[in-house]
Formats: sequence, C-alpha cells, structure tokens
Amino acid sequence: MKPVHHQSACELLQAQEAGELSAVRITEACLDRIGKLDGSVHAFISVRPERALEQAKSIDERRRRGEKLGPLAGLPVALKDNMCTVGWETTCASKILKNFKPPYDATVVEKLRAADAVLIGKTNMDEFAFGSSTESSAFFATRNPWDLGRVPGGSSGGSAAALSAGFVPLAVGSSTGGSVRQPAGFCGVMGLKPTYGRVSRYGLIAFGSSLDQISPLARDVRDLALLTTVVAGYDSRDSTCINAPAPDYVAELDEPCDGMKLGVPAEYFAEGLDADVAERITEAIATLDELGFEIVEIRLPHTKYAIASYYVVATAEASSNLARFDGVHYGHRTAEKTGLVELYSLSREEGFGDEAKRRIMLGTYALSSGYYDAYYLKALKVRRRMKEDFDRAWQTVDAVLCPTSPTTAFRIGELVDDPLAMYLSDIFTVPANMVGIPGISMPCGFDGSGLPVGLQVMAPNLEESRLFRVARAFQSHTDFHLSRPDL
Amino acid sequence: MIDEKEVQHVARLARLKLSSEELNRFSSQLSKILDYIGQLNEVDTSSVEPMSHPLDLVNVFRADEVKPSLSREDALAGAPQKRDGFFLVPPVLEWGSSEE
Repeated sequence: MKPVHHQSACELLQAQEAGELSAVRITEACLDRIGKLDGSVHAFISVRPERALEQAKSIDERRRRGEKLGPLAGLPVALKDNMCTVGWETTCASKILKNFKPPYDATVVEKLRAADAVLIGKTNMDEFAFGSSTESSAFFATRNPWDLGRVPGGSSGGSAAALSAGFVPLAVGSSTGGSVRQPAGFCGVMGLKPTYGRVSRYGLIAFGSSLDQISPLARDVRDLALLTTVVAGYDSRDSTCINAPAPDYVAELDEPCDGMKLGVPAEYFAEGLDADVAERITEAIATLDELGFEIVEIRLPHTKYAIASYYVVATAEASSNLARFDGVHYGHRTAEKTGLVELYSLSREEGFGDEAKRRIMLGTYALSSGYYDAYYLKALKVRRRMKEDFDRAWQTVDAVLCPTSPTTAFRIGELVDDPLAMYLSDIFTVPANMVGIPGISMPCGFDGSGLPVGLQVMAPNLEESRLFRVARAFQSHTDFHLSRPDL
Repeated sequence: MIDEKEVQHVARLARLKLSSEELNRFSSQLSKILDYIGQLNEVDTSSVEPMSHPLDLVNVFRADEVKPSLSREDALAGAPQKRDGFFLVPPVLEWGSSEE
C-alpha cells in the first residue's frame, strides 16, 4: 500500500471503508510527517495533535458501531489561520491577534466538523492575507517544499505548502486577489477560488469584503470537488452568501465536456511572462486542444489595469475592516499609560506589521477627503470595465485559459523590499476576484529549475463544475498532479 | 507624490502612530505605488457606473426575533482589560488641567 502522504483524500476514504486504514492511523501518519518535516517547511502556526487524535478516535468508534459518517470522515484538514476556531488561537499571522481565541467557529469550520474531517492544524499566511509570499507573517516565513530557498506563494502559503509536503490530504485557504491559486501554482497543487458568495464567510477574518472568498485546496481534482461540495452553500449568517443550492460537484465531475470552447486571452501572454511558464501553458493548451476542446483567441483589454484598480479597492476595504483592531475589544493592547486615542494608535502601531500598515495607509489615503473620486471611485469604474471584458468573452467561450502567475516561485527575500513588484505577481489572479467569477489553478509542468507551473481556468459565475470538468479532462491525460517534491 | 506631511495626516486618520523612519519610508513607497495607480487615468470611464460589489446585492432582512448569541462572558473573554462586565478604556476626556 502507498504511504498515507501519497494517497489522495478519496483513496484514504476508500481505504477506511475497506478496513485497511483507520482515522487514527491516517492522523498519526500526518502528525508524524509534520513532526519530521515541518521544522524545515514551517507550514503550520499551530498543530493540535491530542484534539486531532481524539476526533479521529471517535470517528473510528462511530464507524465500528456502523453509524453513518460524514463525507470527509477521518481526513485531516489544514485551515488557514484566518478562520475562527472556538477556543483555538486564530492569529491571522499577526502580533495584534497573537493570543486571540475566538468565542465561536466559522461556518466553514462547523461544516468541516459536521463532515467528520479531522482539524489538525492552522497554517501560516501573510499577515491578514496581505501578501503573495507568506513572508509578511509576523511569526516566520513558510518555505516551498519544492525548493526550501523559495517562497510557497501567498497569502495561503502555509495551506499550499502543507498539501505539497504531504502533511495533509486537504486544506482550506482564502482568496482576495489570488491567495489560493497563486500558492497552489507555486507549490504544484490545486486551488479553487469559488464564485463570490458561494462559500459562507461567517467567521473568516475580513480583508476586502467585496473580494474575499474562502477557497479549498487539494492535490487532485476529485479531492478538490469533494471538499468544495462540503464547504459551499447558503448561510443566513453571511448576508453576501448566494442563496442557491450548491451542487454535488463530485457527481457532476464525470459529465462530458463535449463542444466546450476555451478562450485564450492575448493580454495574458504579454511582456513579463516567464518564457518557461509561457511554454508550459502553450503545451497545456495543445493538450486540451487534442482532447477535443475548441481553443479560441479572445481579448480582455483591461487586464493591464487589474493591479492598479485592485490595490485601490482592496486596500480601501482593508483599511475599513482593520479599524476594528483597537486594543479595546480583543487582541494586543499597548502597555503604555495613555489617553484613548493614543491607546488606539499605539496598540495598532505595535500590533501591525509593515505590509499591514502600508495597506491601511494606502486605503485610508484612497478614501480620504479630496482623493476619494480620483482613486476609489475611479478604481470602481475600471473594475466595471474589467467585468464588461469578461461578459463579452462569455458570449463566445465557456471558460478562459491562462497562466496562474507570470513566474514560478521566487526566492525568499527577493521581493520584500519592493512592494510594487510583489503586487505585480498577482496580475493574472486579481481579475477573477474583482469580477467575482470562479477560477482554478492546476499543475501543468515544471520550469527549467524543476519548479511547478500553474494553469488557470476561469468560468462565469457559479460554473465551478465546469472548471472541475476541464481539470478532470486534463488530469486524466497528464500526471503533473502526481509529482511530489523530495523532502 | 505624497510627502511626509501628508503621510503623517493619513496616519492620524488611520490611528497609526508611525515612527519617523516609517514616515520617511512609507512616503517614498506610497509615492511609487500611487504613481503606478495613476495609469488608471488612461481608461475612459466617462459613462461607467462604479462597481462596488460583484453581486447585485439587496438588503437582506430577517424577522425581528431573538436568537441565541454570544454571552456577555464570551464576548468579553478576549478583552485586554475589563471591569464589571464592561470593556475598560482610559478616560475619554482628560480632566486635570481645566479644574484649576
């Protein structure tokens, strides 16, 4: 039998049903691997072995009694540390929330527990999800399992690295501008940014409220469809949640893709795209062409303005959302004896890291009197232009194919002193968040240094199923998703 | 361009007590970012409605019924300082000098 860390979530479910493995054995194998290797990867902020084993034990007992178990029974799941877990530190990788223990579970966490998943640990991230490399974590940088000198991407870098390193079969992250697809691409795993409003955000610590979406990660498409089916759906506690039933994505996975048209936007192959990445994407497009998909060239002319408009909208929303961290209700409070306004300003100055401050400043500036029209309103108008680009594309194609990122994983420290260059690494993922549409990233090969390349597919609102079917077609004829780093 | 004086003003609005090193660094970094953002002016948006949200949202109402919620104890559990069931803060108004 293959070792646990080489088995997919679906294989682990079958092995339990066949009596070859138990939830306890799977959990022990994951904990063991984390214990051996996370000292070099640094994917987790906190791991709770006793609780995980307790949960696994009770799942095994219920199985012995013949009880009906949830769809993720006995599968260890890693959670990005910006989703609230009752009584379990939820830090957003920030000093300001270092010892914060939420008084409630996020809806996603409730759903995972109800599905009998084993919550094994909380993963590292860029502070408040502000970043594309997981280097802005206040605690430590996570390393890319394919090359420990490189970043795993971000902001959900811990979740992507944990999957890639074989620490867990499933992970959950969140996406505001590419924070799941980009690290999935860098780490050679899969990530889905669902349609805005498809997954409840109750209990997700907010960054950009018109952009944020909880986003699942897995190593192959069947596992990803399974996890998405569990987390998607309406929740009355999130008023931006779409009130429509979520399909069974696994059941729809094997429906044929007959006659599906895939659009390739010329703007995504412009300057700045790494030559190896361009080559792998072109090969992937050729593979899909051979598989019977119709490939069509399309135009998305406002792509070049994606980063400029995104960094106005996202920081404006972030500056408002982060106003709640005031040193009064929870989180860090300055030890200085001061008046009230000083208490706010000092607590925030001491608690927030560099990138958080920079974004709060940028967003506050864009919303401030005299600049609101020139920056914030202008960015919202350009955002409408981006949506019109995609609406036009959907008249001729069913999905859009492009690279996930312009490069493969960069070196630790390479971009930390140049915030703008770091922002530009999100150029291909930001549009889906700005427009609200779903997007997926899947492994499609390696560059000359052996680093994974991600292929992105985007579809119209609520067409996650279409993305899964394209990925299934691709993965049934390729084996990039089966490659694992040597650790 | 955004100078240190403006950065100072924005920091006050954002309730951040930046150090002088940060004021200096942020003013050059933010200037560079704002300069890049300036390219948005190339886009003709004369007849375009701003898009504040990806969904056509409407207000979501619910019946005005009492439902279970956090207890006072749970809500206060993370407070850095509390007293008698309240969040504790320093005096909002400074008395001292005006009393003479």
